[in-house]
This record gives sequence, structure tokens and C-alpha cells, in this order.
Amino acid sequence: MSVTYLEAIREAQTYLLREDKRVFLYGQDIAGKFGGAFKATKGLAEQFPGRVLNTPISEDAMVGTAIGAAMEGMRPIVEMQFADFSSIALNQILNNAGTQYWRTQVPCPITVRLPSGGTKGSGPFHSQSMEGLYSHYPGLVVLTPATVEDAYTMLIDAVAIDDPVIYCEHKYLYYHLKADALPTEKLPIGKARVVRPGRDLSIVTNSAMVHEALAVAQQFSADGIEIEVVDLRSVKPLDTDTVLASVARTGRLLCVGEAFPWGGVTAEVIARVATEGFHLLDAAPARINAKDTPIPYHPNLWSEHRPNAKTIAAKVRQVLAE
Amino acid sequence: MLQTAERGASASKKAPHEKYLEAFRIMLQTRIFEDKLASLYRGGLITGGVYIGKGQEAVSVSCGIFLQKGDVFAPLIRDQAGRSAFGEPLLDVARTYLGSRSGPMRGRDGNIHRGCPKAGQLAMISHLGAMIPVVVGKLLAKRMKGEKGFVGLTTIGEGGMQTGATHEGMNIAAVEHVPLVIVATNNHYAYSTPNDRQFACADLVDRAKGYGYEGSSVDGTDLTQCLEVIGAAIKRARAGRPPQLVVASTLRLAGHGEHDDASYVTDDIRREPFAQDSLQRAEQLILEQELLDREGLQQMRTELAAEVDEAVSTAQQEDAPVGSEEDWCAVSTRELVDQIP
Repeated sequence: MSVTYLEAIREAQTYLLREDKRVFLYGQDIAGKFGGAFKATKGLAEQFPGRVLNTPISEDAMVGTAIGAAMEGMRPIVEMQFADFSSIALNQILNNAGTQYWRTQVPCPITVRLPSGGTKGSGPFHSQSMEGLYSHYPGLVVLTPATVEDAYTMLIDAVAIDDPVIYCEHKYLYYHLKADALPTEKLPIGKARVVRPGRDLSIVTNSAMVHEALAVAQQFSADGIEIEVVDLRSVKPLDTDTVLASVARTGRLLCVGEAFPWGGVTAEVIARVATEGFHLLDAAPARINAKDTPIPYHPNLWSEHRPNAKTIAAKVRQVLAE
Repeated sequence: MLQTAERGASASKKAPHEKYLEAFRIMLQTRIFEDKLASLYRGGLITGGVYIGKGQEAVSVSCGIFLQKGDVFAPLIRDQAGRSAFGEPLLDVARTYLGSRSGPMRGRDGNIHRGCPKAGQLAMISHLGAMIPVVVGKLLAKRMKGEKGFVGLTTIGEGGMQTGATHEGMNIAAVEHVPLVIVATNNHYAYSTPNDRQFACADLVDRAKGYGYEGSSVDGTDLTQCLEVIGAAIKRARAGRPPQLVVASTLRLAGHGEHDDASYVTDDIRREPFAQDSLQRAEQLILEQELLDREGLQQMRTELAAEVDEAVSTAQQEDAPVGSEEDWCAVSTRELVDQIP
């Protein structure tokens, strides 16, 4: 038996609906036999009547409604059909959910699931990675699970957190990633994971780029160069200690992110290493992101727009040469 | 439409609404309090802005006075009367405006951006229409938890009616069939913009049908009508009817905030029937119907002024928040606070 990343998300929601009466799912096309654009909720409406609710195409009102329900003691999970459409709900997420606890001392435990990141042929409006944008604003916890195991445990943990959580699940990983079984243990939220130990250079990354980084590390290993790969898992809070410890071992840092280049996660990691761990660096820290254009539709363009094994490898050589 | 109340200056002849005097008292308290806040602002004693509901007290008080414990109220910028009617202590208001660390917002937010969600009174954000779905969510959750007999009410203006958030929120309330009342006060200016640049339909209440709401109109300068029409809408929502839209007509008898002299309000509009002062009209009716005599009114005014003075002087004596004592944590889960170097 095996379980995909997508199945892990469905299993986590099944577990949550079964174990916690406060949980309900709220989103477009998630109910009925249809079960969501990606089938992340397939079968759940029948299994849990009245707790998997279809909404109108109203991202702003979906999140606003979830906020009200959360303040009233429920634990809503909002499914955005695509992360990109959460831009319609930015006001509710940033200004209402993100400020609620600070202003009123009433926690706002909503979980917003964002099917994120690029897949072939998806184009500018069905491919975005928005974790950097959400992390910029105070009051939110921002998660980017990169493995089947994390997809499962981090969603369950997200719902337990008393604060608004932006859960960025990567669409490319939905079907590509498989594990033998659901996990029986977990790493806490807020902890990064060293997924591959190394001594020559640290790649700090998150979400689907973890797997690109691992592929590159594998290639370099054949030449005797050992790259350490750190999966941030949680973008906010960001586990600066684990990143610094990695840089302390390798002396070289490359940050890889699928999101747009200006600001964002890679910039934040480099800023932290530069301010807290400048003395650990043997070379200038580097980063590679998607290009500073909208995300292209055609696979030939898309595969060049995002960081890929070739461009990451070129950056690695550059940093190692310094 | 269920009810299109007669507009104009004619005083009600029938016996006053059972809540008339109680409502009037809150309106008068609001006027005295807001005049005080405005003078504190002009004297430089309030930082930020002061936003008052002068001219809208009859509508606002009618929004709060029928709500009970367990109901949800999401007031907006000109709802001091409604907030007080729903039980907000004057001291909370004075503390928030004067920046006391003991207030409900503890200096983290100010003026009308205050509330006490645990008491059912939500703290508005400035983005208009954003509170509508939040009320919907509260009501949806109450239904899920098996509570009964509750209602939610939120207010908006003719300007706020034009946001995308208002559209989404109004629609989702009807889809969820929650017991919601939206009271939209058309006070004829959204900050400085008159209605002809705000909407092009004949009457905002016509939108009720399009959303699957029941709609009513009310002369916002007439307290009797406000109590009757808004009270009836709340009763219908509570009884399980579809969401209710009440559109009230008034003129804002002040600036957008106290920083604004409202010089854009035309003389023609000031002569319209909706430009009457609801408080003056209510006072006139009280005298005509002999609910109170002039002496009784004066005594009420003196008592209310003393209450206002007490709240203000208490708040003025309290300490301001101190940056070095703030915890600067925007999330409630302490172990998930990002340690930013």
C-alpha cells in the first residue's frame, strides 16, 4: 500500500473531521460527489454530512465566514481552488485574520489550504507560490510541506494551532510524491529538517524545490561534493537555528525558491544568515528563484522560469568556485 | 418591499414605541459624549481621528436596542448609539479614544476600531464590507453548535454598499440562510462623494430582491419609524426569514471625521427632509406627547453629562501603553512567534 501527497491531505482532513467536532471544510466545489478540483475532499461530504460545504465563488467571503466561525469556537478549513485566487481574500486574511488576536485577544484559528506552485501548462493564474507574501504580514503561520508525511502531520497540526495558518500544498507533489504509509511520528511546526547531510554547501529551500535540490545534490555527490539540503517546512516561523547550524557545517549557502524573486523566503533566509552568521560564511550567499515575470503557460518557457536542476547546479558551481 | 415608510417631517401621532424613551436617552447620551470627544480632539487631547454619528443616532440606536445576549453586532463608524444600546460601557469608548492601556484595545487600535467579540460586539476593520461575512461565520457556527433564537446585525453606508466585499458578504449570507440584518444608512456622502458618483440604481433597497433578502426603507430622522422598521426586520430574521436589508435615509450632520469641515455638503441638500436632526425630532415628539417635560429633559441631560464626564476623566487619569512593556506578539501561540534577528 502506498499513499500520495494528495491522499495524505485527504486523510488528514478525514482524521480531523472524525476526531474534532469543531472542524468543517469550506470551499468551492468541495462537496457532493465531486470532491474538489483536485479531489482533496472526495468522499468527505458523504462521510461527514453538513460539515463539508460548497461556497459561492467568493474567496473574500469564504475567509470572512471562516474567521467568524473560528472566533465562535469552530476550526474551519478553507480550501482555495488555487493559491492564486487567495489574492481575492487578501483583505480578510491579512487585515482581519492577521490582526484579530493582536487587536482583540480573541484567537482566530482558521486554516487556509492553498494549492500552490507550478505544473506544466498552468500559466500565470494557476501556478503561484504565495508563502513569501503571506509571511510578510504579521499574525499568520505559513507552512509549506514538501513530503507526504509532512503534508499529513502539518495539516493536522495546522488545525490545532490557535492562530490563522496558511497551508501551502504543492500541486506538483500531489501525484508525484508517494510514501509507503501515513506517518506515525512527526517533527513539530516551526522546525526545519536537514533532509540530506553534507559538508560542502547548504541548499536551503522549501516545498517542491526540496526535490529539485535533492536531485542536484545527488549529481554532485558522484563528483565527491556533498551538498546539505535543508527543508524549511515552516516559512513562518522560520527556523533560523537549523539554517545557521547547517551553514556552520558547510560555510556556503544557496537558497532556492519557486516564488518570485523580489523579497520573499530566499531573501529572508539570506538576510538572517548575513546578520546572524556572517562569520560562518566562506563565500557570498546566493539565491535562485523564479524569474521576475508572470508564470508562463508553455512548458518550454515554464521549465526555464522556475529554478530547475540545471540552473540550480550552475549556481552551486558558482558558489563553490568562490 | 415589505415596508416603504413615509418620509418627511410629519411627527408620529400614535402612541410612542415602547422603547422610545430608552432609545432617546441613549441618543442624547451619544450626542453629549460625541460632542465631548470632538472638543477633546480639537483641544489636541485625542490622537488619530474622531468619527461621530451626528444625525444617525436614531438609526444606530435602533440597531442595538433590540439585540440580546447571544446575538452578534458588527457596528461601523457611526454607531456609538447602537454600541451603547447593545451594552458597550462608555468607559471602553473613552479609554480607546484617549489611548488608555486599560481599554479593550490597549492602545493597539483606536477610536471606532474597537469591540469586545466575547460580548458579541465585533471590532470593525476599516475595509468596508469586510465585517459582513465575519458575522455570517459567527451565525453559521452558532447554528452548527445547536444554538437557537440568535440574530446578527451589521451596519454599512451607501458608500460601503459599493465594495466587492459587501457583495460577496451579502450573497453568502443568503446562501447560508443565516439570521442576518444589514442596516445600510444612506447619509448622502461617502466622505466627500455624493450619491451620483456612488451608485446609479434608483434606490439601494431594490438590491434586496437581487440578493434574496427582504428589504425595507426607513426615514432615518424619525426615531419611531427606525424602531419599528429595524425592530421588525430583526424580529423577522430571528424568526428564520431570509436576511434583511434595511435602507435608512439621513444626512451626516458632521464631517467624515472631526478633521473634515464637510464644506462639500450643498445648501440644497441641507434643506432636504432627510437632513433633519433625528435627535431634535425625537425631543420634539417627547415634549408634544408629554413623555417628559422640559425640566425632565434638562435633568436627563445633566445626568448624562455627568456620566460622560466621569468616563472621560477616568480614562484621562489612566496610564498610556508603553512600548517597552509590549510583548509585540501578533500570534497567540508563543512557541510559534518568529524570532526575527
